[in-house]
Amino acid sequence: MTVDSSAARKPRRSAAGKAGTTGTPSTTRTAAKKSTEPELVQLLTPEGKRVRIAKNARNAKNAEYARYVADITPEELRGLYRDMVLTRRFDAEATALQRQGELGLWASLLGQEAAQIGSGRATRPDDYVFPTYREHGVAWCRGVDPTKLLGMFRGVNHGGWDPNGNNFHLYTIVIGSQTLHATGYAMGVAMDGADSAVIAYFGDGASSQGDVAESFTFAAVYNAPVVFFCQNNQWAISEPTEKQTRVPLYQRAQGYGFPGVRVDGNDVLACLAVTRWALERARNGEGPTLVEAYTYRMGAHTTSDDPTRYRHDDERAAWEAKDPILRLRRYLEASNHADEGFFAELEAESEALGKRVREVVRAMPDPDTFAIFENVYADGHALVDEERAQFAAYQASFADAEGV
Amino acid sequence: MAAETMATKNMPLAKAINESLRRALEADPKVVVMGEDVGKLGGVFRVTDGLQKDFGESRVIDTPLAESGIVGTAIGLALRGYRPVLEIQFDGFVFPAYDQIVTQLAKMHARSLGKVKLPVVIRIPYGGGIGAVEHHSESPEALFAHVPGLKVVSPSDASDAYWMMQQAIQSDDPVIYFEPKRRYWDKAEVNTEAIPDPLHKARVVREGTDLTLVAYGPMVKLCQEAAAAAAEEGRSLEVLDLRSVSPLDFDSIQTSVEKTRRLVVVHEAPVFFGSGAEIAARITERCFYHLEAPVLRVGGYHAPYPPARLEESYLPDLDRVLDAVDRALAY
Repeated sequence: MTVDSSAARKPRRSAAGKAGTTGTPSTTRTAAKKSTEPELVQLLTPEGKRVRIAKNARNAKNAEYARYVADITPEELRGLYRDMVLTRRFDAEATALQRQGELGLWASLLGQEAAQIGSGRATRPDDYVFPTYREHGVAWCRGVDPTKLLGMFRGVNHGGWDPNGNNFHLYTIVIGSQTLHATGYAMGVAMDGADSAVIAYFGDGASSQGDVAESFTFAAVYNAPVVFFCQNNQWAISEPTEKQTRVPLYQRAQGYGFPGVRVDGNDVLACLAVTRWALERARNGEGPTLVEAYTYRMGAHTTSDDPTRYRHDDERAAWEAKDPILRLRRYLEASNHADEGFFAELEAESEALGKRVREVVRAMPDPDTFAIFENVYADGHALVDEERAQFAAYQASFADAEGV
Repeated sequence: MAAETMATKNMPLAKAINESLRRALEADPKVVVMGEDVGKLGGVFRVTDGLQKDFGESRVIDTPLAESGIVGTAIGLALRGYRPVLEIQFDGFVFPAYDQIVTQLAKMHARSLGKVKLPVVIRIPYGGGIGAVEHHSESPEALFAHVPGLKVVSPSDASDAYWMMQQAIQSDDPVIYFEPKRRYWDKAEVNTEAIPDPLHKARVVREGTDLTLVAYGPMVKLCQEAAAAAAEEGRSLEVLDLRSVSPLDFDSIQTSVEKTRRLVVVHEAPVFFGSGAEIAARITERCFYHLEAPVLRVGGYHAPYPPARLEESYLPDLDRVLDAVDRALAY
């Protein structure tokens, strides 16, 4: 099966020479300040300045991506800012709810807002998203009510939303498995002749999984319309990226025969632009793309983790200077795209969101005990029926004993 | 047996699966066949012979050699509305895909609260007796039957192979379809217009009164031979073809055991923690006052499947089955 058979997809001949492809691992070097800074696509500096793209400059290839956000309006910029602020507020509320015992666990996305909002806002409603368990910002972009994400962390279900309601698959906990689901789904999209695209999220840790390698192989062989969006947040619980790879992760794509690009994962504009580019490639029948969003997990792996055992505060401080929300705020203020009223209103909206999340979670009921036996099979199973009846009889025996 | 009609053909078990896949591919454009070498070659056992030629490369898909990838992408295709029928080339090759099957495929319906159905069929040629090299003769059915969310079936003849494949593809649940590879070439009548038995119902293939032999897949034929041999010694054995390992049709086993009062379970898989153990436990619970003897099991040993020159000693054969029958009747 090849996607080329689909009338809706015509490979673009210019693809091979496109910027940022790993044919030459020459993703844009953006005015690198120190030799230790990685090469990456950046459109907004940590200081909140739009990266100037001069012809023939070292960062000239940024222009290839910059054109994907060239016509972005102040209103859209404020929208991205709002998305990031509300996502961070929701995330903080969830962490607090875990501390209060309302949730059993929480996996914070703190620091990864730009990667998630930028990529999430690049998707179309008919695209399909396969998340890990940390894509709260992407869920937000897809219109999944944030409170729906909390059921599994509270322990009332294993995923409380309809995946097809927002084309946002259930969170996948076992690392990397979902990249294969995304690839298969994308193969189906191509077979249907649709021009939707699929995006698979995973992390630097997952890049070591065999399933991720196999998904790259399948996506390449079948030219599947899938974007592999790797958030390299530098840490897989306690293991730094050096324990996963000897080469920059985006360069792995080269070995599979499709482009890979590294983007500043704390730059929402760059993430939006690069993901739009990658999704467009998918829609045009040009096949898979690997995007490595270079970012940082500001918090712990989950609320059960203690990062002080394996990393230093100064590392976090260095990344705080590159904060994704702060840099867009500086840009909005400097360019007069947002006024005090906007920020004040957003602050109020944030607090209202936190309050609503708190109230919904606290009111979230435990499921009926018989839910254990529900939906194990679509077409039923004799043993499940038998054990459900035994369980009912066992439960009823207490009622009898209590003389009700 | 009904007179041979236009719809009845005599064919080997492998051909019956091929015909069944062809029918499914014709009936439903969402059915796709995937696996290693299933296309141009027609599969190493030729079970998918000719299908790619007639249905094209996008419906009969030659995949990269990556079992987890085959199952994982099939899950994605099923999420998109397809009904993939996968081939794992040999029993011993399924384990790279075991995580996707157990962790993802089996649980998706439950964890999505019924919103997501994954109608995926995984065909696995299994069992020994063909003189193969390592990893080509195993019987891992209990490892799948142990997993909630999966259904596990194994036909014993061409007719069941045909109809159970139809039913497996129509099932909205994932079904592991174990094919008795040593019986691939055994012929039987297949009526393609019959009304098949339910997929998970056991069938009495030989009636008897003294003892019940229970088997599925490749061991059904052996049990029939054992029953015929025992009959010459004046013993009446009933043979039950379970057909389905999950769910197991305990009602049919119970009915038989209440009549014969003795039960021997036969499978190629190692006896320890095998399906026979579960059958023995449940039938002991259900038929405690009917049983005249403990439930006995005949199967593989707790040792890796041996080199081919030793497999005759490892696999259940006529004498081992009859030896168990003797022991059960001695109580």
